[in-house]
This record gives sequence, structure tokens and C-alpha cells, in this order.
Amino acid sequence: MAAIDGASPGLARRAAPVLVGVAAIAVAVALWQGAAEWGFISTFTAPSPSDIARSFPALFTEEGLVRRFFQTFAETFLAAGFAVAIGIPLGWWLHRQPLAGLAYENWIGGFAGAPLVVAYPLFLVLFGRNTGTIVVMSCLSGLPAMVLKTKEGLDGTRRVLINVGRSFGLRPSAMFWKIMLPAAIPTIANGVRLALIFALINVVGVEFLINFGGLGELIDDLAQRWELPAMFGAILFVILTSVAFFWATGKAEKWFRPHG
Amino acid sequence: MAELMATLPLAARGRFGLVTLIRAATLVLLWALWEGAARSGLFYAGALPSSFTIAAAALDLFVMPAFYYNLGVTVLEVAAAMAIGVASGISVGLALGASRFAGKAFEPYLQYLAPAPKIIFLPVFMVMFGIGPGSKVAIGALSCFFPMVLSVIAGVRQVDPVLLRVGRSFQLSLAQTVAKIYLPALLPPIATGLRLGLGVAIIGTLLSEIKMSNRGLGFLIMQDYGRFDIAEMYAVLAVIFVLVTLANGVIARCLRMKGRG
Repeated sequence: MAAIDGASPGLARRAAPVLVGVAAIAVAVALWQGAAEWGFISTFTAPSPSDIARSFPALFTEEGLVRRFFQTFAETFLAAGFAVAIGIPLGWWLHRQPLAGLAYENWIGGFAGAPLVVAYPLFLVLFGRNTGTIVVMSCLSGLPAMVLKTKEGLDGTRRVLINVGRSFGLRPSAMFWKIMLPAAIPTIANGVRLALIFALINVVGVEFLINFGGLGELIDDLAQRWELPAMFGAILFVILTSVAFFWATGKAEKWFRPHG
Repeated sequence: MAELMATLPLAARGRFGLVTLIRAATLVLLWALWEGAARSGLFYAGALPSSFTIAAAALDLFVMPAFYYNLGVTVLEVAAAMAIGVASGISVGLALGASRFAGKAFEPYLQYLAPAPKIIFLPVFMVMFGIGPGSKVAIGALSCFFPMVLSVIAGVRQVDPVLLRVGRSFQLSLAQTVAKIYLPALLPPIATGLRLGLGVAIIGTLLSEIKMSNRGLGFLIMQDYGRFDIAEMYAVLAVIFVLVTLANGVIARCLRMKGRG
């Protein structure tokens, strides 16, 4: 191990850990398949990987996986969109009013850590079992990140840039649009990413809990019908799409960061 | 608090007083809005009860033996989930953090899986452990594992290499290196992981109870929802929020005390 760590970097050397990681997963899947084939685990409770793979076509043709995927992501973008639309002005206001910032910043931080999703029966009572509940809850989960990151970004604008703006006699609105907002964009982009991630987690979670909507509902439906291979397949699909989504938002966020 | 105030300059003290005033005014305003909405007749009274009704329901809750039984069940489930999540998180974190090769091989999977919604694993855990406390503990442990393991990996990478070289020069065994160098140096990241892990373990456990269970605070919420006893449901939710805030506060205070000490 020390020899590998100390050697000069090369393609093979960089690829080695990745290959080991992939191989470890392949071995785990093979062991699972073997255990299912030889009866060490009951396929009634833990279907084999090959059964799960075979369930995928039916997920697309019979369970409307593509439609559900778009529904879940539409809800996610809608919720995150509301969080951005409300969060940026709120963050700007907390930045402009330092006393309000001092008074509410900790509260908003505390709200971010509160187990809001546990209160979903309350939202069911207020909004009903529909997309509204999913979007409102997911928006609220992403809102604190958006507010705090906007405030952080605006607070962090370099003093020298503000002084340059003043020396040019910029009006407050021009100062905001031409100096403060562009300087805060990387931090705000981080907030947008966090809002999207929190929104997606909540959308899938609430869909699963209230048995309504897209991918989350599909998992719950399949579990209730005891269609375990398809259920495992749907869970795998949700994980893969989540991972792809986090990766894509991470790349998009990097694009907004200053280069060089 | 008085000692802290005395050390502040006059202007800061005035600011502190204003902030407290704004907070108090906000709370009063929120309460007035709630009461106004509840009494306006615009909303169904059952869905938006008066704050006095909720307070009365909370008082009733505190004299109900069933509340303490369900609270005890949830606390035990969360404690078991934390024990499993923390122990496995520290072990895996130490292994992946100490070996750069293993870290590169497996850490990306952990990084990407960490934010995935864990509640979707509930049907799998129900199949494996049944609908009793086992599946709730499993979801809680899985939720707690990720913040803990990622915190520990980051912490291990920040351990001063000089300490490790000193350990090697004293010919410490692996167990001694872990016990005498890694764990003391890792206390802050472990505490951070603990704080983050506790929050998500509580959420995971409660959501599992809400989804399907016959005991615990989550079950109590669903029971109230089923009976449309909304005032009591608000009261249980308020108790949960207060307990989570207190638990977070206790850990944060311990962290600050450790930092000062």
C-alpha cells in the first residue's frame, strides 16, 4: 500500500483504486447471486440480482417508470424553484438589515435541522394528499439553505469591490446588480444545489410516505404488492438517478465558481 | 448571561437587546397570526386548532402513561440506531481514511450515496427485520452511518503525520495507534458526525414509525391523525421538535465545553 501511495502518478495508478472499487461491488453482487442460487438466502425475501435485472423492462412498460421519473423531477424543480424565488430575496433582506440577520439567522439554521418531514401528516391535513403537499414540504426543506447561502454570499462581497462601486457613484440598485450579486453567485449557486438536493430527498421521501406521485410511490406500491424484484429494481433506479443528479448539480455548481 | 453581557461594549449590549426584542416581537406576531387564523373561521377548526387547545392537549399528553411508553420506545430505537451507526461509521471511516488507496476505491460511493433518501430502504428492512423495532433501528443506523463515516474520513486525513511517525517510532500496534493517536485526534470530527447523525437518525426512526409501526412517537402521530385528534398531533410534533432541539443543544454545548477545555 505504501509503495502505491508513494509512486509517481500515472493512468494505471489512478485507475487501480477505481477498478478495485468496481471489482468489490461486482464480487458482492456475484456472492449475492450465488447465495440466492444455492439457497443460502431466500429469494422470497431477498431476490437475486438476476431477478432484479429481469424486472427492469416491466418497470418501464407496466409501471410507468419514465413518467414517474419526470413527475418526481418536475416536483423537485418546482419545489427548488420556489425555494430559490423566496430564498434569494429573504437572504438579501437579512443581508441589508443586519439586526434582522442577527435575530433570524440562528432560527433559520435551527429550522434547517428540524425534522420537518415528520410533520407530513400535518401538511396532509392542511393541503390534502396531493402534489401541493409534496411541493410545499420540499420547498420548505430547501428554503433555509437558499436563504443562508444568499446571505453568506452577499455578506462575503469583498470590501474593495464595494468601495470601487462607491467611487463610481453607483446607486444601491446598480451596486446590487453589478457588484454584489455577481460576487455572490458562486455561493448562491451552492445554495441552489443544496436546495435541489434537499428538495429531491424530500420529494421521494414524501411520495413514499403518502403513497402519491412518482418514484417514491412506485416503491411503496411494489412493496405493498410484494413484488420484491421490481421493488429492489425501483430502489436501485432511485439511487442511480439521485447519484446522477447530485453529480450533475455538483458539476453545474463548479461552473459558477471563479476559475484560475 | 449577565457575565457575558457585562463583557460586551455598550453598543453591542444595545444591539443584543434589540435582537432579543425583535425575536420576542416575532414570536408574539406569529402567535397572533396563528390565533387570528384559527379564530377567523376561514380554516376548518379541526385542522387549525387554537394555540390554547394545543397547549391543553400537550398538558393532557404529559399525564398520559402511553406517551411515556411510546417516548421510551422511540428513545431506545434511536439509541440503538446511534450505537450501530456510530460504531460502524467510525470503523469504516478509520479504514478508508487511513488508506489513501481504499479511500479512493470506496469513498466516492459513500459520497454519492450519503444524500440519497434513506427512507426508501424501509421496505427492504421490513422484509429483513419485520415491522417491529428492528426495521426502525436499521433505518436510523443507516441514516446515522453516512454523516459519521464521512466526518471520520475527513478527520483521519487531518491527523498530524508527525504524531503517526512518533507512534511508529514507539512501535505501537494497530490497536494502540487507533486508541492513542487516531481516536483522541478524531474527537472533534466524531462529535460533528454525532451531531449530524443524531438528527438524521431521529428523522429516519420517526418516519419509519409513522409509515408502519404499532409503538413509538411516530405511531402516536399516526394514531392522532387517524382519529383526527389534530390538537394532540400538533402537541406530539411540538414535543418532538423541542426534544430534537434540546438534544442538538446538549451536543453543541458539550462540543463548546470540549473546545474550551
